[in-house]
Amino acid sequence: MSKLVLKHLLAIRWFHWINFPILFLMIWSGMLIYWAYPAYHLGPIALFPQWLFGLFGLKFRLAEGMGLHFVFMWIFIVNGIAYVGYTLFSGEWRYLVPTSLSAFRDAWQVVLHDLHLVKEMPPQEKYNAAQQIAYTGIIVMGLGSFITGLAIYKPANLSWLAALCGGYEFARLIHFALTMGYIGFFVVHIGQVMLAGWNNFRSMVIGWELVKGGESK
Amino acid sequence: MTNRHPEIVLPEADLNRELRKKSRRGFILGGLAAAGALGAYESVRLAHKENEVPWPQRRVLDFNGKLWKSYLDDSHLMPTYPESAIRYLKPNGDHGLDEEADDQGNPPAWDGLQLESPGASPVTLQLADIQSLPVQKITTKFCCIEGWSVVQKWTGARFSDFTKKFLPPGSHLTDYIYMATDGEDYFVGLDTKSALHPQTLLVWEQNDKPLVYEHGAPLRLIIPVKYGIKNIKRIGLIRFTNQRPRDFWYEQGYDWFSGL
Repeated sequence: MSKLVLKHLLAIRWFHWINFPILFLMIWSGMLIYWAYPAYHLGPIALFPQWLFGLFGLKFRLAEGMGLHFVFMWIFIVNGIAYVGYTLFSGEWRYLVPTSLSAFRDAWQVVLHDLHLVKEMPPQEKYNAAQQIAYTGIIVMGLGSFITGLAIYKPANLSWLAALCGGYEFARLIHFALTMGYIGFFVVHIGQVMLAGWNNFRSMVIGWELVKGGESK
Repeated sequence: MTNRHPEIVLPEADLNRELRKKSRRGFILGGLAAAGALGAYESVRLAHKENEVPWPQRRVLDFNGKLWKSYLDDSHLMPTYPESAIRYLKPNGDHGLDEEADDQGNPPAWDGLQLESPGASPVTLQLADIQSLPVQKITTKFCCIEGWSVVQKWTGARFSDFTKKFLPPGSHLTDYIYMATDGEDYFVGLDTKSALHPQTLLVWEQNDKPLVYEHGAPLRLIIPVKYGIKNIKRIGLIRFTNQRPRDFWYEQGYDWFSGL
């Protein structure tokens, strides 16, 4: 028999949908800041060439970028702490955190499955192993952005933190690399959501997911 | 484990009706929340601006400044480096340095440093007065607000020693300090706590050589707990004040505190 299952709790949905535009604003304002000193290259190739900044209209907006970054950081941090606190307190973390090293092997199987290279999915609960690693990893990345962000925000007042991050320059590099990681996460995440279909997406908005009858779990 | 993930089992038709109801409710509420968030964002963006930045955003930035000022301590230092870490420092910013050098390449004359304090008449100091203070040398990072940083060695006197010796008798330390080039083409506002930080120096030598004009000869400020924009060159005026002073880049939309 078909049934409705409350897949995503109300609080989690709020944290998720608050984070989405705020993270976008943090990346956007971060690009406005990065334009003023676009230091990173892969060999001779600039990671963000000037024409790309020009295309998105990101030039000569450093003050605006800093003004946005250091306001919306508060919402980003508070929302992130609230999410982690809530998942710990409610017990939801049990679905989200990989519990054994076999998660990495299972996650690889999921990747092969999603690339249509193998047929079987490894057994899973609410989230498969690849999702668990991604959704836990993104939180660790958020913590990394928070710490490296503080280090480059206050390299004198928090000089110990900058030292912990390998110095002012290296902290900026990690902060940048993590941002690239978010963009990569976003691309894969959107792709997977589109593949998973409407029922899945709807559950992130309304909470409830339709589980078709037949083989009930 | 408590059941945080309840299930609803109903006959097919009822289940679909229930799902439609929940969908309608969820998407309407979600849409309203999104519209509310967008409205809040737009109303901030369109709020009247204080020095290029919408005022609610200015409140947050000023709050950040207060927070970090209160956390600042004389023991919180910008790291120092060996002299082998010194690299070329690009002269960045020439506001207030628009006078031409003479035919011999000598910088234009400097009329001394005017010191103003509430309730006292202005005093003019010469470089020798500043150089009579205990000499400090520091090799530390100079951080530009653009994001780059360069290690430089500076020779000068602590600003805290300067105030002890030259603050006119009877006048007290104020909440803020205003510094400007002669003619006030460039000007910075500083909180007194940052100005009195032990790494804050009035500097006349860079990498063991006298300051050159492009870097602010004959006397500039080096304040490692602030971005480069606050490290004013060629100081002509220091004013103690209890009003938060004007600041060149603040008026262009940057943070007033701009601390590191």
